[in-house]
Amino acid sequence: MQLAKVIGTVVATHKHDGLKGYKMMIIQPLTDSLQPSGKPVVAIDSVQAGANDLVHWVSAREATLVMENSFAPVDAAITGIVDDVYVVGGGIKNKEEIFT
Amino acid sequence: MILARVKGNVVASVKYPCYEGQRLLIVQPIDEKGDDLGDSFLACDTVYAGPGDTVLVQREGNTARQLLGTSLDPFHSVIVGIVDKVSVEIKE
Repeated sequence: MQLAKVIGTVVATHKHDGLKGYKMMIIQPLTDSLQPSGKPVVAIDSVQAGANDLVHWVSAREATLVMENSFAPVDAAITGIVDDVYVVGGGIKNKEEIFT
Repeated sequence: MILARVKGNVVASVKYPCYEGQRLLIVQPIDEKGDDLGDSFLACDTVYAGPGDTVLVQREGNTARQLLGTSLDPFHSVIVGIVDKVSVEIKE
């Protein structure tokens, strides 16, 4: 589960039956400081996200669970549209006590 | 399972239904000395962890689904414990 930004859409008319009726988006994975991390991937959209939206997405086997056919050939799915990301500074609490 | 520290959280109002009511935290993997290791990612919380906590994270879908919902929910990572102490006996 990771953050990403929607940067585009993919249209395919001829595709596996399990993919029919689903919107595909190109997403750029992001770090928590919203910097690009790695290469863009194509993800199935389950939340009606649009271009430029900040989203969270899930990869691997779990991605296909957003679909009706949970054995559809999918390895990335958008699972939510993110409103805010809060990063709290200060590092680890009681670091000296925990790591000895 | 990996060690990580909680860095913050993410708020999403539009989400896949199974994410309703779940806390989604940003976790940063750390090594046995508490230093950052690799990139951060998101994980659902089951132990009420907060920013700055050292936690145990399962980064594997089957565990996440068993802890958080039914067998058909798209969860991948989940926080399963808050770490009190890490002792490394053999130091290089």
